[in-house]
Amino acid sequence: MRRVYLDHSATTPVRPEVVQLVNKYLTETFGNPSSVHAFGREARKGVETAREQIAALIKAKPEEIFFTSGGTEADNMAIVGTAMANQTKGKHIITTQIEHHAVLDTCKSLIKQGFEVTFLPVNPDATIDLELLKSSIRDDTILITMMHVNNEVGTILPIKEVGQIAKEKGIIFHVDAVQSFGKLPIDVNEMNIDLLSASGHKIYALKGTGCLYIRKGTKIAPLFFGGSQERKRRPGTENVPGIVAFGLAAHLAGQEMEAEAERLTKLRDKLIDGILEKIPNVQLNGHRTNRLPGHVNVSIRYIEGESLLLMLDMKGIAASSGSACTSGSLDPSHVLLAMGIPHEIAHGSLRMTLGKGTTEEDVDYVLEVLPEIVEKLRSMSPLYNSMKLENNEECSKCTQKR
Amino acid sequence: MTAKGTVVVGMSGGVDSSVAAYLLKEQGYNVIGVTMQIWSPQQEDTEENVGGCCSLSAVGDARRVADKLDIPYYVMNFRDLFESEVIDYFTSEYLQGRTPNPCIACNKKIKFEGFLTKARALGADYVATGHYAQLYFDANRQRYVLKKAKDRAKDQTYALYNFTQEQMAHTLLPLGGYEKSEIRQIAASIGLRVANKPDSQEICFVPDNDYKKFIEERVGAEKFKSGPIYDTEGNRVGTHEGLPNYTVGQRKGLGLALGYPVYVVRLDVENNALIVGRDNEVFQKNLIAKDNNFILFDKLTEEMEVEAKIRYSAPPAPGVIKPLENGEVLVEFKEPQRAITPGQAVVFYQDDYVVGGGTIVKGF
Repeated sequence: MRRVYLDHSATTPVRPEVVQLVNKYLTETFGNPSSVHAFGREARKGVETAREQIAALIKAKPEEIFFTSGGTEADNMAIVGTAMANQTKGKHIITTQIEHHAVLDTCKSLIKQGFEVTFLPVNPDATIDLELLKSSIRDDTILITMMHVNNEVGTILPIKEVGQIAKEKGIIFHVDAVQSFGKLPIDVNEMNIDLLSASGHKIYALKGTGCLYIRKGTKIAPLFFGGSQERKRRPGTENVPGIVAFGLAAHLAGQEMEAEAERLTKLRDKLIDGILEKIPNVQLNGHRTNRLPGHVNVSIRYIEGESLLLMLDMKGIAASSGSACTSGSLDPSHVLLAMGIPHEIAHGSLRMTLGKGTTEEDVDYVLEVLPEIVEKLRSMSPLYNSMKLENNEECSKCTQKR
Repeated sequence: MTAKGTVVVGMSGGVDSSVAAYLLKEQGYNVIGVTMQIWSPQQEDTEENVGGCCSLSAVGDARRVADKLDIPYYVMNFRDLFESEVIDYFTSEYLQGRTPNPCIACNKKIKFEGFLTKARALGADYVATGHYAQLYFDANRQRYVLKKAKDRAKDQTYALYNFTQEQMAHTLLPLGGYEKSEIRQIAASIGLRVANKPDSQEICFVPDNDYKKFIEERVGAEKFKSGPIYDTEGNRVGTHEGLPNYTVGQRKGLGLALGYPVYVVRLDVENNALIVGRDNEVFQKNLIAKDNNFILFDKLTEEMEVEAKIRYSAPPAPGVIKPLENGEVLVEFKEPQRAITPGQAVVFYQDDYVVGGGTIVKGF
């Protein structure tokens, strides 16, 4: 059976160049970067090279990059660290309703500690209203935290504009760039970003590695204690294989970014157009053009995303119905609900995220299989059948008689 | 795909459904494992619900078993349906002075309706569960029939009387011909870690089996209105703490000292009163059942000698069932039965076959 992986926003395969490098760091260059001897020095060199590679991708300085266990830890560190270090200045934080849970739940945890959080609503296409943001800023606002690209619907948020506003007001600005890092151009200076979270496994490196960019001079408290690694901001022996993998993957992503974005945008648009054309009662979620290359999210009415995923899986197609973290629970996505999409439509949402390995044949295969599955599921859906009845003139007469 | 077809097995992570999946795979079916998620994870995180069939640990166990059996495994969400069809029914029945059986509602509305529909939509030919009951097509009768399990102590036919012929045509119950001990042996022999997991006993969504607390938390304590307790002659003998606290036949927790052992005889919802009496007053010879379903035939048209079982743990008792004009069924027992309880199911048997069953409206 053909296997088509369309869940690159959940995670990606490790690219061969990275596998090769990791192998070397698992077996030959295995030293502890803190050690004085040659083994340690070689490992240290690998870590510092990675730091440079990552910094270069976002126009930061290497010493502003701090490695973490992933995007979630980076988000926690950015939000809790800023809150703890700046609470004498104020206890108000602004974020949006469509953040990843790594940000949402971290903010909620601060509410319990006496902080106030404004969760900005979003427009139906998951963009935000800058005027609303401005009017939400208070004298005691210490942090604005916002994602660059929404993981569920792919919409790109106006980070540069928000950065400008934050800078004018002297508020620390954190960007969760887990979905955009290595895929969209980021310039922390031009965008006035003070803190930025990124993750390795979304860009063909290893799970368990991420980083937080901290602009020099930004006041932030550490979450962990116990050593001088990462200049005491994130103690603990460095995950050297993960870090070098992340560095190389970031470097390669930077080199390929433009061409890959163009290729994925074409495939994405073919997939979106094909779905909208072949399947009735479907809507695209998120912004039509201002979205991540390779990111598709549609709501297919009158069916459940859950059954759809299972049937796609049986046909070898790997997709998701929201973010990987929420699809275990199968609650309607908080992102779609925040966008004003009704419960029953949010339930039928399908996310397909394309990546390096995705070919045009893959897209063709999905466009062949998906309409058949939808047709089959709808034929068994009482909701769809009653909808058809309502739309049928003759039958609406019968209903009137009753 | 195999010649025998595709079956989706409802897997709870327990020994029974795990072995059911294994047996079907051995028989040559294309087996898919599914855990029905029916209760919210938040509750599960805080409650250590080891024996229950729907906890997060159940998903973990079921997933491990599916991996071991090398079958695809999914979690399906039935929380909304479960809440409306089972939990809301459960609380509303208690509030109306009846004693519900949520497992029967779950079998009817979730397992063999919602689950079966979803499984069929996935292209499966059958669903299967780890219930102890024998289900097969009887060529003589030209109908699907439901027969007591080989292991009489584990027999679950009482909770399955709502089967339609259409549902039965797409349902497999592979454990009906085995003893529980055999199932445990099979589980052990194929190296399933769940081989010695204790049987689930309690109501799966009620932590600590404290159903009163559960209902109170869902509907608010104000729904538990205290009221008078009368004896069967109409003398007020005490005050009760809200009718949902009581069930017919109950002795414990009445707080009455009348010089003889006191039992709940009846719940008078209209007057919010509890009627108590002596042990012999809890016995009745007749009952009326509604919402009847028949398996051996479509409709009861004439009276019939059966054995009727009035609760999960009650032994079947001989009697006669008679159709009433409004579709209800009159059951006349040969001997008076103890604590005929409105809301519970009455299930009719002939020999070892389920004739049908219904919900008890009242005893008299």
